[in-house]
Amino acid sequence: MLDVHALTCERGDRILFESLSFSLAPGSLLYVEGRNGSGKTTLLRSLCGLFLPSAGEIRWQGEDIRRLGEDYRRHLLYLGHHNGIKLELTPQENLRVAATLDGEPATAAAIDEALARIGLRGFEDIPARMLSQGQKRRVALARLLLTGTRLWVLDEPFTALDVAAVEQLQEIIAAFIAEGGMVVLTTHQEVALTSGQIQHILLEG
Amino acid sequence: MFRAFRTVLMRDITLAMRRRTDVFTTLFFFIIVISLFPLGVGAEQQTLRFIAPGVAWIAALLASMLALERLFASDYADGTLEQMMLTPQPLAVLVLGKVAAHWLLTGLPLVLIAPLVGLQYYLPPDATRTLVLSLLVGTPVLSLIGAIGAALTLGLRGGGILISLLILPLYIPVLVYGAGAVMASGDELGNVQAYFLLLSAFLILALIFSPWATAAALRISVE
Amino acid sequence: MKQGAHANQGVHVKLNLFRFASPAAFYPLAGRLIPWFWALALPSIAFALYWGFFHTPEILSEQKQYYRIIFPHVGAAWMSMWLYVVMVGWAAVGLVFNTRLSFMMASATAPTGALFTFLALWTGAFWGKTSWGTWWDWDPRMTSELILLFLYIGYMALQSAIDDTRRADRAAALLAIVGLICVPIIFWSINCPDPTQCAALHQRSSLEHVERNILVAMFVMAFGFWMYSFAVILMRLRNIILARERHASWVMQLPEVGR
Repeated sequence: MLDVHALTCERGDRILFESLSFSLAPGSLLYVEGRNGSGKTTLLRSLCGLFLPSAGEIRWQGEDIRRLGEDYRRHLLYLGHHNGIKLELTPQENLRVAATLDGEPATAAAIDEALARIGLRGFEDIPARMLSQGQKRRVALARLLLTGTRLWVLDEPFTALDVAAVEQLQEIIAAFIAEGGMVVLTTHQEVALTSGQIQHILLEG
Repeated sequence: MFRAFRTVLMRDITLAMRRRTDVFTTLFFFIIVISLFPLGVGAEQQTLRFIAPGVAWIAALLASMLALERLFASDYADGTLEQMMLTPQPLAVLVLGKVAAHWLLTGLPLVLIAPLVGLQYYLPPDATRTLVLSLLVGTPVLSLIGAIGAALTLGLRGGGILISLLILPLYIPVLVYGAGAVMASGDELGNVQAYFLLLSAFLILALIFSPWATAAALRISVE
Repeated sequence: MKQGAHANQGVHVKLNLFRFASPAAFYPLAGRLIPWFWALALPSIAFALYWGFFHTPEILSEQKQYYRIIFPHVGAAWMSMWLYVVMVGWAAVGLVFNTRLSFMMASATAPTGALFTFLALWTGAFWGKTSWGTWWDWDPRMTSELILLFLYIGYMALQSAIDDTRRADRAAALLAIVGLICVPIIFWSINCPDPTQCAALHQRSSLEHVERNILVAMFVMAFGFWMYSFAVILMRLRNIILARERHASWVMQLPEVGR
């Protein structure tokens, strides 16, 4: 359960949004919408604890996320604009490091399977440098298949993906929501859900 | 927690091995600086022997600082740094892993090449040994303190020069006692042990406080 | 009201001071205080200079008349150190309570601190030249002042290198705090490069032995410098407030800003 209460964020001289409040229950998807520069990314980063808001509270299971610290991050997975992968490492190595640091070590077999599902079979042991933009994005997305976290915060996850990958990601998100996960999403793509609730927030900017 | 430390350490070493340049540029910079002094100051034995401790230490300082810029830069640019900050691991532990890797790749080579200084500067074996040991204890302190500077200047233009400006004053105690230890080793009345006690104290203090301060600086810079 | 949200961030404190924690409230208050500080500063400094030059012994040891340079010198050196602590204090408050005004205070303090450090170095060099014949001799005290100057410059450089005000404030604040923690170690290492035999820290005789008139002049000078610092820092602070809050409605309505 994620509760946001009277959140205000500023960047530089501008107030991006004021007194924003919403709640997210298990099994729901939240779309954050707004023009470029309206503060969508900042809102998502605030939810992750990367950005300190000027006012307001963010609570996970009733507790302030700043106080929870690690206990909150354990339940959180964030995919931002950057892929968050090292280009000198192979997808296998990247995912292995990520999984270990996330506290959910994965076996090589599990990683290979995740990479295969996301469409990178045969590319497991090539330095990520040699992959295309879309393939690099898929490596980042493979983390979604390996993780046991309950809250996903995804900032434009469909960028650089081809049509097949877009569909696949939509299915992954829908399945996650059906199992009771929570997703906060900024995107221009609609995601068709099989079950669960949808909420929208519009940032005026 | 130790596993997280080890994972980050191995990751960074692997990355450096595949990039290759980092280790060698720092080392060669050190060698070049060491070699420049006799050219600038004159190759007279007595002089060189006298200035050797200071020169070696200052060269180590400068080389260490040059390498600092790269400590977090690449992770910051490709988003892996913020991913590390979002793991359930204490950020200070991950920072310690990165700094440890950084020292192994840029500090330890200096320790190993220090006998070259002894050779070029006509140092007696005692002094060379003290130099190597003082660098062994002191260069990790340089990496630890420098990490704070690197974290504060993430992504800024003129990063390298700015780091120097911020960090060099903080390096002074290590310089004074590191070079002092070597100078004392040539002096019968000198108490080299006292110097090493101080350097070790610095190392322990730096190990305790610097990862924490660096983590705080990273959070400020990544917002 | 925006300012209210910032003023109440964090801790519930019953002190009235938090009413002034917003730039909008502090700006007029500072404006009213500044003339008073100038009124205290200028006479004090003038008095101290007068007293120091005319009411103290003609000759102190072999240093002749020029020793009188110690009045501004010692005062400036004290100020350079105190202001650094003040700056770190405001920086720490800003980091803990997340108040913008605290960071502005720290930023306003730094240039004055640096100025005093520079003044201490310059008067110290002059004193050295007239007393011992050299402009600079790596005396531990002077070297420490030099390092302090580097710390101030580092603070200001880091702040100006970062475009985002919030990041600049917080990064510089952290740097200043780290600097303060390291300062005793740095000063100690410069004073005692040989740990087994520590040179006497500043062959300074205890204050009882110093001629009373000299003490009077030094303390009045220090007081004058404090008043000057308050005045100048508050003036600088008002400029910083105007620059940073320029989009706020209360700023647009000020006579000095309005068109």
